Amino acid sequence: MIRDYFKILVVDLETGTGKVENIEGRDIYIGGSGLGAHLFNLYGYPERPWDNPEQPLIFSIGPLTGLFPLMSKTVCSFKSPYHDQFAESHAGGRSALALKFADYDALVITGKARRLSCLSIGMRHLEVRDIQFLAGKDVFTTGKILRKMYPGSGHRSILRIGSAGENLSAMACINADTYRHFGRLGSGSVMGSKNLKAIVIQGDGSFALPENKSYPEVYRKVYEKMTATDMMSKYHNLGTAANLSTLNELKSLPWRNLQATADEKIDNITGEKFADEALLRNGACAGCPVGCIHIGFVREKFMEQNQYLYRQVAYDYEPIFSTGSMLGVTDPFAVLGIMDEIEKVGLDVMSGGVALAWATEAFEKGLISEKETIVPLAFGNSDSYKKAVMYLGEARNEFYKLLGSGSLVAASKYGGEDFACVLGQEMAGYATGETFYVAESLGFRHSHLDSSAYSWDQKHDTKDENEICDVLIAEESARSYVTSMVACLFGRGVYTLEQLTECLESVGYDKIAENMQESGDRIQALRWKTRFDTGYNPDKIKIPKRYLNVTTWKGKTDPVFLDRLKEKYASRIKELVSAESLKNLKIDIKSK
Amino acid sequence: MKILTAARMERCIGCHSCSFACARLVHKLLSWNTAGIRIASSGGLSTGFEARVCLACDPAPCAAVCPSGAMVARKKGGGVRFKRDLCIRCGKCAEACPVDAIYLDLKSRPYVCIHCGRCVKFCPHECLELRDSEDKNPAGEGKP
Repeated sequence: MIRDYFKILVVDLETGTGKVENIEGRDIYIGGSGLGAHLFNLYGYPERPWDNPEQPLIFSIGPLTGLFPLMSKTVCSFKSPYHDQFAESHAGGRSALALKFADYDALVITGKARRLSCLSIGMRHLEVRDIQFLAGKDVFTTGKILRKMYPGSGHRSILRIGSAGENLSAMACINADTYRHFGRLGSGSVMGSKNLKAIVIQGDGSFALPENKSYPEVYRKVYEKMTATDMMSKYHNLGTAANLSTLNELKSLPWRNLQATADEKIDNITGEKFADEALLRNGACAGCPVGCIHIGFVREKFMEQNQYLYRQVAYDYEPIFSTGSMLGVTDPFAVLGIMDEIEKVGLDVMSGGVALAWATEAFEKGLISEKETIVPLAFGNSDSYKKAVMYLGEARNEFYKLLGSGSLVAASKYGGEDFACVLGQEMAGYATGETFYVAESLGFRHSHLDSSAYSWDQKHDTKDENEICDVLIAEESARSYVTSMVACLFGRGVYTLEQLTECLESVGYDKIAENMQESGDRIQALRWKTRFDTGYNPDKIKIPKRYLNVTTWKGKTDPVFLDRLKEKYASRIKELVSAESLKNLKIDIKSK
Repeated sequence: MKILTAARMERCIGCHSCSFACARLVHKLLSWNTAGIRIASSGGLSTGFEARVCLACDPAPCAAVCPSGAMVARKKGGGVRFKRDLCIRCGKCAEACPVDAIYLDLKSRPYVCIHCGRCVKFCPHECLELRDSEDKNPAGEGKP
């Protein structure tokens, strides 16, 4: 055990100074999701808007970060520009290990810099530097310049935003080390609102390990499971892109703004197709031997006489769904080309792609025209999408500014709410059925990873809302524990509760290993309480009519069951934060 | 004598498992710095990775400049042995290393590869190889 409390760094961008704080509660809040929610309660202002300078932007890691494989993620907690409520986004890359070796369990950033700035921290330094000269620079250029400005190649993490974040889009992501992202719900704009273009975390410390024989042995065992067995092969072989053909087969892959759930053109954009034709190599998050990052390439002729340039673009299932099938684009290189533009401006690829799918249908139906979109939008037209992405990131005109606030915001002005594919936020790529539509709409992160809803839909066609809610609530509790550790969810097959117990005990975190179930329940409730405190109301969330037209392997959406399930799930979420529940879980935090 | 070579770095995915294995098993530390092998990106993740590791120079320039006898050349095959108790933390060894293979921690303690090969089996892509120092044309060198 390195310590039995949290050591955090609180930086005030207004003054450019920071303060190290020791916070109790390691056994209760664990790290990651739990710590993020706890810190928001300590440093946040639920009633103030998301862009109030005092609102904190929080990055937190877990007790086993760096100590075991796949303990490689960071949780970012913030008040979201998308709905002005408490939110979380998770990313890999190097940020978790860099933060660990900078010797912090969390970084809390408050205040607003006077000019566009970069925060740089490490074990022995803290600096806020003016980098106004990088205003408007894309994510790649920003990364290249920062790499020259700061030392620590290989052992540092560079988090940065593009024009979308600077323009305060509700869909702006934080790019983490080029190929990973704090993607959803607009954390990039929280940085933008703070005049914070980038954060460089240098991991330059090291720690003594427990003097026992158990730790190296447990490590070896976990490492072998991660590498020598086929438990992780689906992640490093085709990667999550393998799901494209599976979901298309199940009639669950959204096509052309969810006007269809399967298409024979799937053969052009499957995981196999990308691997065979566009995959350049694999990469890994620091501390993960699985290497699930699939990096493809785009090659463009920019001049006659065979003058080409090429770029590298990381792909996954969701980016291919959102810029491929959802936009009707069925050439792998065209798909990667759109992703590349999205990366440059620093948009969340899922939100951006789905929003443009709505815009395309609105264009086709005559609700908007080139007066709004500047370029003609049509499913399959990747050249137009590449330009539209840039306009969306730059908030080029009123239309793109509204679209950057969410499809439903744009639809409230131009019409077309019925076919906006919004489930709490722009949907994830699983048109699997009622369970998923309800779970993503109401879920804490509006993410397919909040629970196992998309998986449930693929295996069951029962309509027992009580049974389904039991599964969703229990799964969310278990995932709350894992995302507090903060393990990559890809490792959940290896990191069973028994395995996690063994890992924790080998490094002296026996108390965290005890009562995992209760800890998961408590963190789940704490996150929801924090969310409700910032205005969440499940009854106000609507599921657009488009979802009633969806046909999956189970048949057409059942509107009666959908409503019944939504009502039940909303009541179960409310139960989690009832006075009795909070009392039972000993949650008694007084928000500011 | 055996020497460690980072023979197939084109395969490297940047997981740092080798550095962690060295720090954990050789130095009993949790670190990606205080290890005999360190992984750096060669200009961002788009350009791939390089290993900062002892190339087993013979004679070893780090041993030649050590004023206290802490860094001693191995009897044959290149590379050095490091005697921690004799080190005065002057940092001359790291300065002398032509490939930045010796890491000085925050207290100027040097960390250098001892060619034990314990990192090798923790590389998921077989980028590393422990081979006989006499073998001038190893099987893996330069092969993807």
